[in-house]
Amino acid sequence: MDIPVLKDISFSINKGEFVSVVGKSGCGKSTLLYILSTMDTDFTGDLLIDGESTHGKKEKQLAHIRNEKIGFVFQFHYLLHEFSVLENVMLPGLKLGRYSNEEVEHRAMERLKTLGIDTLARKKANQISGGEKQRVAIARALINDPQIIMGDEPTGNLDKRNSEIVFDVFKQMAEEYKQTLLIVTHDTLFAHNTQRIIEMEDGKIIHQ
Amino acid sequence: MKYSLIIKIAVALLLARWKQTTVAAVGVTFSITMFIALLGFMNGLNDLLDGLILNRTPHIRLFTEVNIRQEQPIHHQEEFKSGHNFIHSIKPTNSRQAIYNSKPILSTLAEDERVLGVAPKINAQVFFTLGTIDITGVINGIDPTAEATLFHFNDYVIEGKAEALQTVSNSIILGKELARKALAEVGDIVQVITPQGERFSLKVVGLFQSGIQEYDKTQSYASIKTTQKILGKDSNYLTDIQIKLIDINLAPAMAIEYAQRFGTLAEDIQTGNSQFETGSFVRSLISYAVGVTLLIVAGFGIYNILNMMIYEKMDSIAILKATGFAGTDVNRIFIFIALSIGITGGLLGLLLGFLVSLGIDQIPFRTASLPTVKTYPVNYSLFFYAIGFTFSLITTYLAGLLPANKASGIDPVIIIRGK
Repeated sequence: MDIPVLKDISFSINKGEFVSVVGKSGCGKSTLLYILSTMDTDFTGDLLIDGESTHGKKEKQLAHIRNEKIGFVFQFHYLLHEFSVLENVMLPGLKLGRYSNEEVEHRAMERLKTLGIDTLARKKANQISGGEKQRVAIARALINDPQIIMGDEPTGNLDKRNSEIVFDVFKQMAEEYKQTLLIVTHDTLFAHNTQRIIEMEDGKIIHQ
Repeated sequence: MKYSLIIKIAVALLLARWKQTTVAAVGVTFSITMFIALLGFMNGLNDLLDGLILNRTPHIRLFTEVNIRQEQPIHHQEEFKSGHNFIHSIKPTNSRQAIYNSKPILSTLAEDERVLGVAPKINAQVFFTLGTIDITGVINGIDPTAEATLFHFNDYVIEGKAEALQTVSNSIILGKELARKALAEVGDIVQVITPQGERFSLKVVGLFQSGIQEYDKTQSYASIKTTQKILGKDSNYLTDIQIKLIDINLAPAMAIEYAQRFGTLAEDIQTGNSQFETGSFVRSLISYAVGVTLLIVAGFGIYNILNMMIYEKMDSIAILKATGFAGTDVNRIFIFIALSIGITGGLLGLLLGFLVSLGIDQIPFRTASLPTVKTYPVNYSLFFYAIGFTFSLITTYLAGLLPANKASGIDPVIIIRGK
């Protein structure tokens, strides 16, 4: 017997909105995020990204959608330690192949500069601090100018100061670059500073 | 798809675990080295042993034999035709041992495109007179030039020159053992008596050693003309026609064809020497089996390394997939890793295998039965190198396939959530 984790979920996010999803542990907010991210395909119903249905798409096409339209920031940074900071940021851009290697490098440097960590570009990914790593992960999420950035507890592992820095980065992106953001969080302070809060309980949206 | 990116990631992963990947590559190198050395050596031995008999044996031999007639007078009697007749003590009537029409046969064979070369031969039974004792022996009347080009005759002449058979009249080359018994050296004269009682003096111009002692005890060589003279026969007298073909595999069929066409008996090499082919085949089979076993063991090494790598790099694989790399990309990354281990290990193995072969080739190996061999024989056929490299590619690919499929099937959600 299947027990649905999520029931009757339906909502949309407009371009340029900074939305946070809150709720108790196990309420299904992470599951919702992974369904929205196209990584979890085990659901009924449909998911539209940029007005396009993802239903019935192949793994390869979904990977392409993630590459082109979605940027991810997770609780853990997941940087590849074999590569430098700059290369880590460049990887999704190189995969997309829309720009030449030089252009991708240039764009990566721009994003690192926006996040104030361009001086770390040549360092190995395991030589920088936790807060810096998370900012590199954000830069990586931004490399392909995604339609939306999804975050799963992006400040969950950070101390207060670094959390504030990350929040400020998100806010700056939302306000200055009209970047759409959907962040799942436990942090009520973080959530209250966003433009819109979606509250979940027992697999349902109770307030948005 | 951009392969440069996949290669870049694969190389980074390879370098991150360079010690293990080196060990895996060394495994492949070792097995390919052994494979090449083993096959080269085994086939060198095969060639040597084959050469011992097969190189000296004509592919088809035309000859006549003293035979009993199958058709007997009783078969022509009407009243005995219906029954089965037992006839005892039939004696052969035809004493002629020479081949009929030898000249036309030779010229026909010379025009046959399937034939590489023809060497006529006369078999003559004689007695060598050693003081008061006569010992039996055989004089092979040969054409030294044809014999040298087709059957490597010169390789076995250990003293004197084979060409002297043609330049010196009434000359003979004795088997080493026969010469020892006759106390004859090059330049000496030996006496022979034919079965018909003719006595002849022959000058020893050389000694030969075939590698088969029993053969060296009785055999000797003279030119065709000299042999005809000893036997008192005309210049058409030939007892054997030895034929070497371009394609040895045609021999059985062509032997039947020639037997019908020329009315002689014909024997092909396969019928006469099948045990040699079996021996060579078994030796090759064993060396291939050992080589492939080594490679499979090396394959397991690669499989282990890749599996470990995948467990260690689970996070990296997950994030690659989350940020847009498809399963096939991840698959290619790991197949590339496996193949690069296989290619570098394999190429090094080929080089080392060649060096080991050169080493084996230097080890002294002297045996009385093989005068031309000074060191262990090695076959440097490129075929083994090609096979070895192909095997290394196939095994490393197969060893990489399962881990690669596993990696490509990793669900990023499970790993990312697990933290």
